[in-house]
Amino acid sequence: MSETATAQNVVFAILALVMIAAGFRLVTTGNVVRAALFLAMVLAGAAGLFILLAAEFLAWAQVLVYIGAVVVLLLFGVMLTRAPIGTEAELDNDQRGLAALVALFLLGALGAVLYDAFRDQTLDITSVQRTAAVSDSIFGTYVVPFEVASVLLLAALVGAVSLARRD
Amino acid sequence: MLLNQFLLLSAVLFCLGVYGVLARKNAVLVLMSIELMLNAVNINLVAFGALHDAVAGQVFALFVITIAAAEVGVGLAIVLLIFRNRASIDLDEVDLMKG
Repeated sequence: MSETATAQNVVFAILALVMIAAGFRLVTTGNVVRAALFLAMVLAGAAGLFILLAAEFLAWAQVLVYIGAVVVLLLFGVMLTRAPIGTEAELDNDQRGLAALVALFLLGALGAVLYDAFRDQTLDITSVQRTAAVSDSIFGTYVVPFEVASVLLLAALVGAVSLARRD
Repeated sequence: MLLNQFLLLSAVLFCLGVYGVLARKNAVLVLMSIELMLNAVNINLVAFGALHDAVAGQVFALFVITIAAAEVGVGLAIVLLIFRNRASIDLDEVDLMKG
């Protein structure tokens, strides 16, 4: 195994451990503000994975949109709804066992299928994907979905304002 | 790197998100779990894009990020509306349409 491949695997292992630990704490913690912090950790880990996969533009879009905007928006939601900062019992419902069973079953099924289907596929990443190629694709092949997405954002903006304003 | 590393990690994150959606009753925490699931899908898309050396994976992930931003905006507006009407965002109490 070459030096680059070893380094990539080490970075992946660190990111994966941090993301799984933070994701687990996100769904089990009893403190809503801490949950937002753990969400930010998972999202930052994902940005690291995108850099590892040579998708630099996407990594920075992830940092700007998710960590910069979505987490802040969720924190505003926490503040405006005066969420209880206390024990798990106040934040979880009474079907935790069933939910854990469903999640474990899904993980088993997904894991078995994915492992079986892609067991010998390797990623050999040596160069960065150019951002120009991504923008060529967005404004060439995918220009119609891009325009639809901008209309969707406008609709969501107007909808959110009209839902949340006081009459 | 194996492709499976990324796929299995995103499967784990997706299942944690499923658990969060099913087991939480605070609406903001449910929204956070949905973000976790969407993000797991993004990792999958980019990993497959890298496998086939195609930019389409990244473009799709960018669209998912856009939709997620719109979704969390509208979702939080709905949560605020529920809080204003019922002084609580406990999803177990929002059962008006339960059969």
